[in-house]
Amino acid sequence: MASPSSTSIKAQADRRRVRVRASLGRRHLVEWLFRGAGLTAIVIALGMVVGLFWIMISKGLPAFTQATLSAEVTFDPDIITAGPPPVRESGQSEADYRAARMAWEGQVARLNWNALVEQAVRNTAPAGMEVDRRTALALVSNIDRHNLRDMFVANPHLLGRTVKVDLLASANTDNWLKGTINRDLPDSRQQLSAATRQLADALYADGKIRFTFAWQIFTNTDSRSAPAAAGLAGAFVGSLYMMLIVIVLAVPIGAASAIYLEEFAPKNRFTDFIEVNINNLAAVPSIVFGLLGAAVFIRYFGLPMSAPIVGGLVLTLMTLPTIIIATRSALRAVPMSLRQAALGIGASHNQTVFHHVLPVTFPAILTASIIGVAQALGETAPLLLIGMNAFVAAIPATPFDKSTALPAQIFLWQGNENRNFFEARTSAAIMVLLALMITLNALAIFLRTRLERRV
Amino acid sequence: MTSFIVAALLLILLGLSYSQGYLGGRALAATGVRLHSRPRYHGILVAIWCLLPAILVLGAWALLGPGLMRAFVMSYLPPDVQELGPHQLNAAIRRVEAIASGYGVAGAMEPWETAAGVALRRMREFAFLVVIASAAGLGILGLLFARRRISPRLRARNSVEWLIRLLLLACSVVAVMTTLGIVVSLFNEAIQFFTFVHPFDFFFGTVWNPGFSTTGTAAIGQYGLLPLLWGTVMVAGIAMLVAVPIGLFTAIYLSQYASGRLRAVAKPVIEVLAGIPTIVYGFFALVTVGPYLSRVGSVLGIGINATSALTAGLVMGIMIIPFVSSLSDDIMRQVPRSLRDGSLGLGATPSETIRRVLLPAALPGIVGALLLAVSRAIGETMIVVLAAGNSPVLRFNPAEPVSTITVTIVNQLTGDSDFSGPQSLVAFALGLTLFMITLVLNMVALYIVRRFREQYE
Repeated sequence: MASPSSTSIKAQADRRRVRVRASLGRRHLVEWLFRGAGLTAIVIALGMVVGLFWIMISKGLPAFTQATLSAEVTFDPDIITAGPPPVRESGQSEADYRAARMAWEGQVARLNWNALVEQAVRNTAPAGMEVDRRTALALVSNIDRHNLRDMFVANPHLLGRTVKVDLLASANTDNWLKGTINRDLPDSRQQLSAATRQLADALYADGKIRFTFAWQIFTNTDSRSAPAAAGLAGAFVGSLYMMLIVIVLAVPIGAASAIYLEEFAPKNRFTDFIEVNINNLAAVPSIVFGLLGAAVFIRYFGLPMSAPIVGGLVLTLMTLPTIIIATRSALRAVPMSLRQAALGIGASHNQTVFHHVLPVTFPAILTASIIGVAQALGETAPLLLIGMNAFVAAIPATPFDKSTALPAQIFLWQGNENRNFFEARTSAAIMVLLALMITLNALAIFLRTRLERRV
Repeated sequence: MTSFIVAALLLILLGLSYSQGYLGGRALAATGVRLHSRPRYHGILVAIWCLLPAILVLGAWALLGPGLMRAFVMSYLPPDVQELGPHQLNAAIRRVEAIASGYGVAGAMEPWETAAGVALRRMREFAFLVVIASAAGLGILGLLFARRRISPRLRARNSVEWLIRLLLLACSVVAVMTTLGIVVSLFNEAIQFFTFVHPFDFFFGTVWNPGFSTTGTAAIGQYGLLPLLWGTVMVAGIAMLVAVPIGLFTAIYLSQYASGRLRAVAKPVIEVLAGIPTIVYGFFALVTVGPYLSRVGSVLGIGINATSALTAGLVMGIMIIPFVSSLSDDIMRQVPRSLRDGSLGLGATPSETIRRVLLPAALPGIVGALLLAVSRAIGETMIVVLAAGNSPVLRFNPAEPVSTITVTIVNQLTGDSDFSGPQSLVAFALGLTLFMITLVLNMVALYIVRRFREQYE
């Protein structure tokens, strides 16, 4: 029965089986290595996420507390010699009263508030410790004299009274007490003089200097003269204005153009062109949008530099493609039968789209918009080109005022000369920015799951 | 106060016209005739007819009003004031305006100032009344006209829908206008730059030394693109060296090996990397990665700068991992399952299937995805601004500082509000170069990806 040819086939098969079996070990090893490589890649990628957050948080957390000196401040009448504030007389025009008031405030501002601060520090220092002027002023932040002045302007009855005030310690004191500067460095390389360092340590041991929550990060604007008091309030409001502009402009325009392209546009060269255009626009580097803003909005239309209105417009143009593409894919996912049913019972084309198709895609459009806005919130490069990295020490009152933005503020702070103080401050600002972005994204996810369940 | 009145006027007109149209339609319907459009649409159409003229009048006033008022004040100024320089003239006009508004000015008032102030105040009140009255009048006229048009056969719905469609079209043109704006403004400024520097010297120059704009126009400086282009390519290349293996293997593992649970956790977590602002990566590179690399370098005995192409490239690579992984993941899932099953059925191991069947089938799509990632890396700004060291010199050692196109754009344009010199105009020539490079990359990538999708659909 076994013919020669069949035995040779069998022999061939046997040989092949032997060969396959012999190679199996190597093949399984390769398989194992390949799998291992995949797993390693995932572990590396996940490790990067964890590492990035860990480093930002561990660097940023210390900045949320700051050294504060609780001191007794006497509003000494010998120092505060400005007299009582003017009162508006009948018949005086608003402008005249304002001028008089400004003159008084100017007089108050020129008083020697540093002397008040100096006195307060000296009174707080442990008994028997000699505290000279420079030592005292280096201990506390430059903002304290302004704060005392503002307290007095707001309440002139403080004259002659002694009140307990929390004075903000200077950035250098904060560094010294937190140990962000090497304590063993020689005097010449320390930021504080030996006397101030000794005073700071003594006050800290006494419990007069405590670490309190750094509210000023949230309530103050950026400050150059008093780095310890630098905060994010101005940048936050600037970013808020820009986000409002993006929401008001990008979301409706983006949704409208997606609706047009997906539901109404005839298939022709022009709409093809628009489509290619949008896809390309989505991949244009963000800095190019900054150049557009500088050339068109600032130079051609004459809008102000560093203003949230320009930033908002630039970010709007940048966010548009994201929203359009997401909305289009949401519209495409709506089953044809829904449209056909509406058209079939006599709804017009517009009615079909606006009454039946659009409501179904609402959650997706909302999600895409929030994610687009979150992206715009973190964008930095175009803002640098329209001057939003300028130093601004005021909260912008309108979107036309000079302002900065959260990511631009981070950029400014990372370049500050007082590196060991601002490294933590920058990380803290990054934490605030990331927290905002995570909140926005979480909101998007929450809304999507919630709304999709209902529809 | 004025904006409140305007808003109130518009609201009243809106309510009045809509209700007139709506009630007109309703009244017709009540007589038993069949209307073409529902009363709602008649209401909207009448409202459009009424509000459009009113808004046009108000808009015209908002545009022309300030100029007219200024001319009016000018006519009251004595000749000697009129001949003052623009700054003093503006100050004088502001004083008159302050008097007119009733806020008053500090100090004594000139008799002509008082006269002008009073006259301006009257004129303002008069003009405001005229504008409001004409807006209201035109609105009412529009309303009456549209109201008379209401008839059973009026195709109100079609008109309204046509307008809505027009609005939608206008919105979708915004994206085209943006591209147009980018191209025109970049070209415009770049051409101005090329009047200072010959394009040949720009595109093929090997020295970048722009000098400072404060030293006068005599010192134009040298603008050779090549060092910047080389820096850009080097940083992007290092980034791809990091991102491609990690991203591809992540995509392979997640799409072919991982259990559903691992996939559900790992994919979104890795995509978090794509959502982190680039300034955060830049800071991370500057304060953590750079110093670490430089320490490693000194242990190994090679000099690595803390800010270098290597630092920026590594961190940029981390940034584009999710970009590579999720795009490749999508593409690998599009390869038909039958190809994979066939290979597994013949006895190939999973890795052999992936390497010999899946990847070759997905290759065009993956190449497209990688090109998109390259274009991302080339256009990335903040990481290189912070961590690449900003040294526009042609160097081939990745451990040394470099500069890139994007960094130089930022350096040349930041804090400059007048773009008259080549020092700031060069930013636009660089921007144009960058735009063109990324445009070509994107076009090719999108074309490849689309071709790939069609192949398997």
